[in-house]
Parts: sequence; C-alpha cells; structure tokens
Amino acid sequence: MKAYFGRRYMISASHRLHTPALTAEESRTAYGKCNNENGHGHNYFVEVLVGGAVGAEMGMVIDLVELDKKVRTEVLDRFDHANLNLDPLFADRVPTTENFCTAIFDLLRNSLPAGELEHVRVEETENNFFECSARG
Amino acid sequence: MIFLTRRATFSASHYYWIESWPAEKNERVFGKCANRNGHGHNYTLEVTVVGEPDPVTGFVVDLKWLKGVMESEVLAAYDHKHLNLDAPEFKRAIPTTENIAIGAWNRLEPVVNAAGGARLSRIRVYETPEIFAEYRGEA
Repeated sequence: MKAYFGRRYMISASHRLHTPALTAEESRTAYGKCNNENGHGHNYFVEVLVGGAVGAEMGMVIDLVELDKKVRTEVLDRFDHANLNLDPLFADRVPTTENFCTAIFDLLRNSLPAGELEHVRVEETENNFFECSARG
Repeated sequence: MIFLTRRATFSASHYYWIESWPAEKNERVFGKCANRNGHGHNYTLEVTVVGEPDPVTGFVVDLKWLKGVMESEVLAAYDHKHLNLDAPEFKRAIPTTENIAIGAWNRLEPVVNAAGGARLSRIRVYETPEIFAEYRGEA
C-alpha cells in the first residue's frame, strides 16, 4: 500500500532578487522591495513529501532519521543561515522561491532512492508558497 | 473538479512495538516511541474530498455532513483513545502516522463514497506540526 510521509524544516536565509538580464531600473521595477541592493531574509519552511510502500512490519514509508540526515546534509547545511545569491546554484539564476524550491527538489531527488521524492514545498512567508512535484 | 478539505483534531496515545522482535531491537529501532506505557499527541486530521459543485447548492459536499461523518467514523474511534488498545486496526499494524492515515481512509471511504457526489481523495494526518503522513487510496 502506497502512502506519503511529510516533514517540515526551517531555513533562515537571505537573498536579493536581481538579474543582469534586465537593466538596474527594470530589475527594480520587476522585483520591487526584493531588489534592495543589500538583500533581505526569510524564515523559509521547507516541506518534503516522500512516497512509498508502507512496510508491513514497521508500518512506515521511510526512516525519519535517515530522511532528516539527507535533508540536513543536502539542504539545511548548505542553505541555512546563508546568502542564497552566493551559492553556486544561483550563480546564473535568480534565487526566487520558485528557483529555490526547484534547487531543493533536484538536490533531494538526486540523493534519495529513485521515485521516492513526491514534492517539495517552500513557504517564503505564511502567505506565499511554491511547490515542485515529481508529477511535473 | 474541486478539492475540498476539512480539518479536525484528536488527541490519542500510542506506542511502537513489534511483538516478534526482542525488546532490545524495539528500543533501538523505535527509541522513545517504544515506551510500553505509551505517549500521546494532538493529531490533526485533514480529509479531502473531490467532486463537482452541486448546480443548486454550489457545494461539493455539505461541510456539516462531512464534519459529522469525520466525528462518527474517525474521532469516535481515535479521539481520547489509546490507539494500540482501543482501535481494532492497530491490533494488526503499529499505529504509525502512515497507518493512522490508512485507518482513517478505510473508515471514511465507504461512507463518503456511498453518499454519492464527492469521492474521498486524500487523508493527511499530522502527528506534530512538523510530521505528517498522507494516504490517497493507492494500492
């Protein structure tokens, strides 16, 4: 029987939305407050949903400790208390929460067993969030 | 199609223990959750149904009706209970969050689907604000 297991994590990070593809003025217009030259920060909530068969004996989809370890190594150690713009993953793309969500999804998909990752949701504030799903 | 979700909370106790394993293995694998005296959580149950809004009422389901079904089918069995001891489905399977989601699905699905209109789409059970499991009726 297939079920899904979800876990929430928090990342405190800073970013600045700005792209060299636009003029400084155009970036300011496109990104508004988020274009502030010195950046700003958020407490991001990251929801990781993994799917799989519920083991008949243990009654679990995944070992929570193992999932925590992978998320810590791949995602939290990398982005928590960091400036997203300085991460190589954002060298040539803007650290919008859409791109941040996709980056986390790709990092976890490559480190978890094939087919296990169902979705990643990143909440930038309590009023907006972004999802990246294995279902496309 | 519209997906409609109703939330409810229940408080219950449980423990994780596999009878065929030695105590040492249960304690190693399940840690604090293996304490045979149990421990408890405030669970949040999210029930999602899917369907087309009724052309007259505009409802996918009547939320009062859904609340009543959640209370009679799930909360009556799980709220202020010891899941291992009080709910028959957990005599066969450990009451992990995954199995609680499956248990709630099995309790709700026949009643929701028999009512006609909306179908049960998803059960999500939060054990804590940071941990949840989902079941979508998949084999």
